[in-house]
Amino acid sequence: MASKVISATIRRTLTNPHGAFSRCRHLSTAAAATAVNYEDESILMKGVRISGRPLYLDMQATTPIDPRVFDAMNDSTIHEYGNPHSRTHMYGWEAENAVEVARIQVAKLIEASPKEIIFMSGATEANNTAVKGVMHFYRDTKKHVITTQTEHKCVLDSCRHLQQEGFEVTYLPVKTDGLVDLEMLKEAIRPDTGLVSIMAVNNEIGVVQPMEEIGRICKEHNVPFHTDAAQAIGKIPVDVKKWNVALMSMSAHKIYGPKGVGALYVRRRPRIRLEPLMNGGGQERGLRSGTGATQQIVGFGAACELAMKEMEYDEKWIKGLQERLLNGIREKLDGVVVNGSMDSRYVGNLNLSFAYVEGESLLMGLKEVAVSSGSACTSASLEPSYVLRALGVDEDMAHTSIRFGIGRFTTKEEIDKAVELTVKQVEKLREMSPLYEMVKEGIDIKNIQWSQH
Amino acid sequence: MLRQTTKRAFLGLASRNYTPFAVVSRLYHPNVIDHYDNPRNVGSFDKSDPNVGTGLVGAPQCGDVMKLQVKFDGSGQIIDAKFKTFGCSFLFCLFFLATEWVKGKSVEEVLTIKNSQIAKHLSLPPVKLHCSMLAEDAIKAGVKNYKEKQAEANGETVEA
Repeated sequence: MASKVISATIRRTLTNPHGAFSRCRHLSTAAAATAVNYEDESILMKGVRISGRPLYLDMQATTPIDPRVFDAMNDSTIHEYGNPHSRTHMYGWEAENAVEVARIQVAKLIEASPKEIIFMSGATEANNTAVKGVMHFYRDTKKHVITTQTEHKCVLDSCRHLQQEGFEVTYLPVKTDGLVDLEMLKEAIRPDTGLVSIMAVNNEIGVVQPMEEIGRICKEHNVPFHTDAAQAIGKIPVDVKKWNVALMSMSAHKIYGPKGVGALYVRRRPRIRLEPLMNGGGQERGLRSGTGATQQIVGFGAACELAMKEMEYDEKWIKGLQERLLNGIREKLDGVVVNGSMDSRYVGNLNLSFAYVEGESLLMGLKEVAVSSGSACTSASLEPSYVLRALGVDEDMAHTSIRFGIGRFTTKEEIDKAVELTVKQVEKLREMSPLYEMVKEGIDIKNIQWSQH
Repeated sequence: MLRQTTKRAFLGLASRNYTPFAVVSRLYHPNVIDHYDNPRNVGSFDKSDPNVGTGLVGAPQCGDVMKLQVKFDGSGQIIDAKFKTFGCSFLFCLFFLATEWVKGKSVEEVLTIKNSQIAKHLSLPPVKLHCSMLAEDAIKAGVKNYKEKQAEANGETVEA
């Protein structure tokens, strides 16, 4: 029955002159002639027809998969399809072997032991497990959690969930450069503090926290230190022993790996205990039950190995591109502010505020560049980015921010084009901005009484 | 249903699924994109001109600031309007419409323009309805400013 349907469909498609997809072109020239949108390989983007695809400069959101990682995954998908937890036959052993190799690759990247790596579905699950799992395990003696105001939403939301359960949470403010104030952290630690959770590299502004110092403070006070290192691994040198980290969340799709897989580093000496979120057959040391996604895990391992080999080269390449981007824009525009510390920053993240120009309208104009913005209009809640507000950025500047993400595969030509387009759009929007006009006339915007809604 | 899925999956077309673009273009009505790319009625009049009313509404903190200027002739009819905006792309469209609608109207007629009319004309998504309120407020502020200028001028004439 199904084969009849399939053959009928193929016959119909091959003879159908109105095939809509470009791949049909090699089957029928009539299809090519009538395929409206794809005959010249151009696409409709925000109302404008552009040839090719937009430049991808949003590496903090996700990264394209490295072809070498894809090769490793492909191979594994076809051949190692057994359940890695099947103990009784070769298929299971092969799959388990693949998973263990990946475990070693991930562990090497962060200077940990393979026994300390627990594979999960991503950094979100790892963060949830770390925050909730630790506090639930120690709920009788520990009631307090410390985190920062600039953490990723999954950590903040997990903390909010803990608050509803009766725990207390301190959300540490950050300085204007995005870094945590170590004195405030010391003062916030109490005898019943069960966890300190501070992310290593911020996804929005790219600042790198002083991990060794934070780790030392936590060790002195004997408080477990959890870090969300999704944006850090493979990009900056990570050493769990130097950082004195008890738990670390990792994500594959931020380092040119596949989506849907991540890991949690759980220290063994001294041991940190936690309650698992997923109950079941006791896989992954009992901390994450469920059949591991072998192919995803293999991809994650391959991505980590590549990252270890290419970290130094990537950093040099990306740093050059970051300077090219920033200098290119600053040469032609004034009123450009970099959000977050320039000294303690990951080079691939550049979060810029363009004064007097709103973020969403700038994004609308940057049709050929894929970037993201911290402005209110791009979020469903119409609130500007909470990270920028935590930095103490003026509210009008928080609406003007654009985040450029540079990665391993970004080219000089892409950066030059992005600079050209950004400068053009910012100049055009400033001409249309009443704030810019007022500033040119010498009016101080901060002294005006605005009529708000 | 089965036929559709088999057609896509069998010919390996499932990966090249272009429907996300359809979603993006649904988010931005073609009118909105057109008004953003080809802005009309953008600019300024001389603020000190007694026949020009200036309305400045919104706040940078909200990410919405609009300046609407209307030029009247001697008899209280609007002959031209211009705007400038710090805000999202929807505002360009909204304010273009607002400036078009006020042209040729008298002071009383212009005050009857409601934000709901503008929103309906543009099929604004619910999350953007507050922008249409700003358009209505800007028109009212512009007219109020003109009336104040007229009252001042008349007051001076009477006193003189």
